[in-house]
Amino acid sequence: MTTIPLTRKDFVSDQEVRWCPGCGDYSILTQTQKLMPDLDIPRENIVFISGIGCSSRLPYYMNTYGFHTIHGRAPAIATGLKASRPELSVWVITGDGDGLSIGGNHLLHVMRRNVDLVIVLFNNRIYGLTKGQYSPTSELGKITKTSPLGTIDYPVNPLSFAIGAGATFIARSLDNDTKHLVDTLDRAAKHHGTSFVEVYQNCLVYNDQAFSGFADKSVRTDRTVQLEHGKPLIFGKEQDRAIKLNGTRPEVVDLRSGEDGDLLIHDERRDDPTMAFILAQMEHPEFPVPLGVFRAVERPTYEELMDRQVRDAITRQGDGSLEALFAEGDTWTVEG
Amino acid sequence: MASQNGQTEELDRVTIRFAGDSGDGMQLAGLQFTNTSAVFGNDVSTLPDFPAEIRAPAGSLPGVSSFQVSFSSYDIYTPGDAPDVLVAMNPAALKANLGDLPKGGTIIVNSDEFTEANLKKADYQESPLEDGSLAGYRLVRVPVTTLNASALKDSGLAGQQIDRSKNFFALGLMFWLYERPFEPTIGWIEDKFSKNPVVARANATTLKAGYYFGETAELFPVHYRVPRAHLAPGRYRNITGNEATALGFLTASKLAGKPLFYASYPITPASDILGELARFKNFGVKTLQAEDEIAAIGAAIGASFGGQLALTGTSGPGLALKSEGLGLAVMTELPLVVAHIQRSGPSTGMPTKTEQTDLLQVMFGRNGESPVAVVAPATPSECFEMAIEAFRIATKYMTPVVFLSDGYLGSGSEPWLIPSLDRLPKIEIKYAADPETFKPYARDPETLARPWAIPGTAGLEHRIGGLEKSDVVGNVSYDAENHWRMVQYRAEKIARIARDIPDVEVNGDQEGDLLVLGWGSTFGAILTAVQRARSAGLSVSSAHIRHLNPFPENLRDVLSRFRQVLIPELNLGQLRMLIRSRYLVDAQGLNRVTGRPFKTIEIETKIKELVGQEVRVG
Repeated sequence: MTTIPLTRKDFVSDQEVRWCPGCGDYSILTQTQKLMPDLDIPRENIVFISGIGCSSRLPYYMNTYGFHTIHGRAPAIATGLKASRPELSVWVITGDGDGLSIGGNHLLHVMRRNVDLVIVLFNNRIYGLTKGQYSPTSELGKITKTSPLGTIDYPVNPLSFAIGAGATFIARSLDNDTKHLVDTLDRAAKHHGTSFVEVYQNCLVYNDQAFSGFADKSVRTDRTVQLEHGKPLIFGKEQDRAIKLNGTRPEVVDLRSGEDGDLLIHDERRDDPTMAFILAQMEHPEFPVPLGVFRAVERPTYEELMDRQVRDAITRQGDGSLEALFAEGDTWTVEG
Repeated sequence: MASQNGQTEELDRVTIRFAGDSGDGMQLAGLQFTNTSAVFGNDVSTLPDFPAEIRAPAGSLPGVSSFQVSFSSYDIYTPGDAPDVLVAMNPAALKANLGDLPKGGTIIVNSDEFTEANLKKADYQESPLEDGSLAGYRLVRVPVTTLNASALKDSGLAGQQIDRSKNFFALGLMFWLYERPFEPTIGWIEDKFSKNPVVARANATTLKAGYYFGETAELFPVHYRVPRAHLAPGRYRNITGNEATALGFLTASKLAGKPLFYASYPITPASDILGELARFKNFGVKTLQAEDEIAAIGAAIGASFGGQLALTGTSGPGLALKSEGLGLAVMTELPLVVAHIQRSGPSTGMPTKTEQTDLLQVMFGRNGESPVAVVAPATPSECFEMAIEAFRIATKYMTPVVFLSDGYLGSGSEPWLIPSLDRLPKIEIKYAADPETFKPYARDPETLARPWAIPGTAGLEHRIGGLEKSDVVGNVSYDAENHWRMVQYRAEKIARIARDIPDVEVNGDQEGDLLVLGWGSTFGAILTAVQRARSAGLSVSSAHIRHLNPFPENLRDVLSRFRQVLIPELNLGQLRMLIRSRYLVDAQGLNRVTGRPFKTIEIETKIKELVGQEVRVG
């Protein structure tokens, strides 16, 4: 056991960080390292597993156990590790290409199984490591090296996907709002079940300012809305606007006009995912972009259910005997 | 049971093929006949053959399912080249199988099913029972459907349900004909249908009705006795290759004292292994049915990183999907076993048919220089020990190992001498534990294995991955000389396993005119062909390789002692290519890719062609 308390430094590996200067990944790395000591988990019980892409280099920089695997497959590898070693704290680091393109199938299944993992998806809406091709989250019509006339693929919304897959914890944060980021990761780490966190992450080289229209500090309070359980979705510098529902359609209302009767109250614990889905569909510039925890519900995890089946089988049948198993069915003896 | 009528004739070997519609329960009848014969004391060998479609149109040729069982009073190694007796439950079954029955063979038909409609489905213009086309055979007509229905008229079952029991009637008849007891099957029926006593009673009733029908109907002037075989002393059960495979992996986990983790995606004919292992939860086995083949090997790699005995299994195109995962296990030098049950290809191919066409894929089908160890069982019961061997090598050398079986081995069965657990060697596993000396890519000087350092071990926090790593330290490295060194380490590590595996044995003289060299499921046909050629006076020996990568150390020497080498394979010459390139031996091939195992006669004929003498007939 490592000695507790540890500090951020205990989680910094001896490897030189090799992201481009100014990359949003630095901030996510720092906040992750900062969070670690507060989780009270022995360092040796923490494992970071990643796929391929810029984001997926993160495990090399964490002084924990780490596995930089193959493109898109980190959720599968993490599932095998967590299912067989439930006592470990297992994190999956992925990106919009790794998680939603080549690895979309695994991401779907890990969330529906509710394996107790923290999945952090760095969404920069571009392929960075391969030098600037469009990704499955790139906006329609985006001009990149491989789409000189603009993309014709409709983008996937990572949170809507996660909701559809039945993830039990879904959140969104920003690389440039470090306080919000570390708080969101903290909530994700403490959730029991699959936690899916989308982080809007700026790629300075290939997709700079992809999120600046709402994420820059100067406009953030006006163009984003913080989700807080049990509270209305109020936003704006003057805290003067809010969201209300018209049927299933969200609307922005001006609180100064005296409208405060039936504001939408955020309920992250609601089992029915419909509201979370409506919130996930709110996009800039029509709406303020929701940030924080969209959904946090409890249900038994995959590895718990797997362990329970093993325990129940032992209770019911007793510890397995190979001798008995070998001799199952009809046997006969040839005398010597 | 003593004979009540007619004569009894003693035979030393009989081969029966049960054939019917895929809904007729022929696999079940064949398996019961096999188990009963095995329990009775015969040696047995089986060849199930069934369509991939669960229910092809009833009565059609593609819907025919068959089960061949050979049973004998001496050691046999194959299910027989051709049946002596064909049980055909409908016209399609007769048509699909008649070509394999030698003239003079016995055909037992369910004559009730030779209706105009069924004949048409099987593309018969006229009934073969009437047109004289079966004149060269001994044809026995049994109205099985009618007799079964009358035996079960008071069973409480409806017509269609009654009809489903007719395989038991036919089985009972065959039990009588070959003097087998029906009690073991009655016991099996009572167990299998314990929740449905009406069906259980009906099946038992018609089984006995079939038996007594044989006794009283005087359709057969003689019935037959095949005495017990002289097997090695000990306790036996009948086992299929896939059952033995599952038991072997489970036993490896016991011998290693580490939990078994199996992740797999259902695929014919490997799915049985997932089904078997999923039953063993009270042994602490964890099974995960993954979303796809890639996730299956991924989850296994994750479990291996966590210190488990990690296993994945697949067949056919599934292996292609696992290639990248296998490469990751090579690069990260984690122990992993991939059970690959070969089937006909390419692509989807013929899922239920057997082949040996994936050897080169297993050896080389990954990007980069990516060596893996390969072991291949030769018989269904040998799947047990080779499964253990796969994990011994994987954990000792920190490497992926492919356990290369095939559909014929996996679904075929034979008697298995139940091993005594305390005779099986322990698998020693030591995880790294010392933070002072730990380096992720330091190597054991003898095996070149790197340490297995599992999460949860304080002070050993480290990072691995698919990027090339620096020697000893294990950091990401693009250094040219380092890469060259690591490429050689990975190759040398696999090569050194050769020091640690048994020599290949030669059956017959240690030198001579011809060595017949084989691997995998061709074992029985090769051995039998060579035995026959030797008793005809030919200078022929055989050898069978269980370790395909690396090869046994004495293989070069063995090859050099024979003037010619013949390699029969169910592919276009894959082992032959390896042998020729490795040893510069001008090996000849006997190659067939039909989805079916070799017949002994095919190999025997080729031996004769090469050593230039007559094969003794009979």
